[in-house]
Amino acid sequence: MSSETFGSPGTGTAIDHAAELEVDAAVAAAAAPDRDIAVEVGDNIVEVKNLTVKFGGLVALDDVSFTIKRGEILGLIGPNGAGKTTAFNAMTGVYKPTSGDVLLEGKSIKGRKQHAITRLGLARTFQNIRLFGEMTALENVVVGLDARHRTSVVGALLRLPRHIREEKTAIDRGMALLEFVGIASQAGVLARHLPYGYQRRLEIARALATDPKVLCLDEPAAGFNPAEKEELMALIRTIRADGYTVLLIEHDMKLVMGVTDRIVVLEFGRKLADDTPTVIRNDPRVIAAYLGEPEDDVA
Amino acid sequence: MSMSEGPKVLPGAETEKEAIDVEARPKRSGGFFQPLTDRWNGLPRQVQWLWLVVVVVIAYLLPILDIPIVTTQPGNDWALACFSMASYALIAVGLNVVVGFAGLLDLGYVAFFAVGSYTAALLTSPDSPFVHIPYLWTIPVAMAVTMFFGVVLGVPTLRLRGDYLAIVTLGFGEIVRILATIIPALKGQVGFQNIGRPPGTAADGEPIFANSNGTPWYWLTLTIIIIVLLLVGNLERSRVGRAWIAIREDEDAAEIMGVPTFKYKVWAFAIGASIGGLSGALFAGQVGFVNNQKFDVQTSILFLAAVVLGGAGNKVGALLGGVIVAYIPLRFTAIANYKYLIFGIALVLIMIFRSKGLLPARQRLLAYGRTAYRRVTSKQGHAAPPAATDAGKGAAS
Repeated sequence: MSSETFGSPGTGTAIDHAAELEVDAAVAAAAAPDRDIAVEVGDNIVEVKNLTVKFGGLVALDDVSFTIKRGEILGLIGPNGAGKTTAFNAMTGVYKPTSGDVLLEGKSIKGRKQHAITRLGLARTFQNIRLFGEMTALENVVVGLDARHRTSVVGALLRLPRHIREEKTAIDRGMALLEFVGIASQAGVLARHLPYGYQRRLEIARALATDPKVLCLDEPAAGFNPAEKEELMALIRTIRADGYTVLLIEHDMKLVMGVTDRIVVLEFGRKLADDTPTVIRNDPRVIAAYLGEPEDDVA
Repeated sequence: MSMSEGPKVLPGAETEKEAIDVEARPKRSGGFFQPLTDRWNGLPRQVQWLWLVVVVVIAYLLPILDIPIVTTQPGNDWALACFSMASYALIAVGLNVVVGFAGLLDLGYVAFFAVGSYTAALLTSPDSPFVHIPYLWTIPVAMAVTMFFGVVLGVPTLRLRGDYLAIVTLGFGEIVRILATIIPALKGQVGFQNIGRPPGTAADGEPIFANSNGTPWYWLTLTIIIIVLLLVGNLERSRVGRAWIAIREDEDAAEIMGVPTFKYKVWAFAIGASIGGLSGALFAGQVGFVNNQKFDVQTSILFLAAVVLGGAGNKVGALLGGVIVAYIPLRFTAIANYKYLIFGIALVLIMIFRSKGLLPARQRLLAYGRTAYRRVTSKQGHAAPPAATDAGKGAAS
């Protein structure tokens, strides 16, 4: 139906992916500008060091350390309540860590304001969608782009040249980003009028718009059917191919196993394992804690 | 249904998805202004400007035309009524920045109006011991002073949200009123007389901006309203307006998307305050007299009612609300004493039937958005919103 947004419709999934990657390469060039990243591909871009978060007496995260390497897709999994989202929130400045630190490109993000952390290059989406409902899809993305804009209030008031220049490039880049996630045709639709799947994609586009070095996705596939999950996996791969590093929290094991390079497993606020998907799949501790006990499915 | 191993998606996610998809189904907001709004949005930019010119010309002619049924004569002078409507409209436009755009409930807005009035009074009235400057200069000074007060109020209080912020602003409004009473230099109920006016004398030796002559005051205020509307429009279609709406919609998400929310909230307060101060200075000049009697909580609520009535978030709506709130008690003098009752009932009815005000048109937040949206629509041929979540090849594979 709306295949124009995702390359020519193919007969098989593999062909689709190839076609999609090709189409997106052109779009991606417009969507992603040159980024100045201090670390080389394969080096640690984020280091989480002995991160502990306590809420009163409850230890939500207990001395968790892991790293994210530039250019990889890192999965963060664990049963409900394991501390995945807490780790996310501590990394993005929503919660203040009780102890420990998070380094982005070697710089500590501790004590920084959330908007400053975003500008440092750590963007995220939300588990429960949190778009700006009364704004159009394009406006939502441009809010993300504004994180890199330098127009002052006076500049906007008097429509100074920088404001005009930034507004014009914002439209182009915003549209390119919407095309990148496959919802360009919805640019003028209010975010709250978009269907669920498009809202999820819009969240990713808005996070990408802040021009992050690391993109953190908090359960982006929640509520998706298997076909939609396939598309999402393709999109995440394209995002990585475009030079972003991705941290992915996900419940769906098929998705996590299919798309990640490495997986960190949390349980009860502690790190249980940290390895490639194949090893994780066969790790008896992980199976016991998470994978192998279907009766524990719905926590 | 799910092919996934391991735990299924959160039970909440499915219900959330359904709720969103139901919400997403296109529906018309309805209302008697809807066809008009659609027609207006469909017009080319040039035609819109032409219509605006016509409206502006009519607005300028308003005090002279004195249309029979519309007029407030004989109960109230029509030109002065026009001025009163214009000042309320200006206040509503200013308060709309704070309440409508940034979503910060300000119940003490009259305080900024008071600060503007007193600034003009202190700097021009012969009753004041301070330096005297020409009246027109008091307008920028009043704006700067109220802006300063906006920041002074905003910096400590804008860490609060919702109800708490509303209560603090309510308190601020009262503090300013009480200070006007107890500080000897502000002369309490005695007040300041003979506040300055813009220069110029008519042929008969009377000053053009006489207290009893509403028309020139109205024209001055209308001109200022147009300038303010253009500037606020510039802000709306920029990162500033987007930041405000983002804060109103979801403050936490805005912060995480890189919006320095605190900074933009203080800006909203400061800009709203300066427009309130501007209106206060004009009011002081026209009436020629300022004391502590006009700056009570009811007036604050009346300002807020104007914004909500017209349509919070829409500057034209707020303008309309301000005009209506000023006009009704002047036109129907018999019921003027019941104005709070009437506006109360009107607000309740509006909240029930048109919860977004009389003119709920949404903000345009992109300076060059029209071209982008048009490109999308023309590429699609017909813009039919998709029925379900079958994005991309979901249907194909």
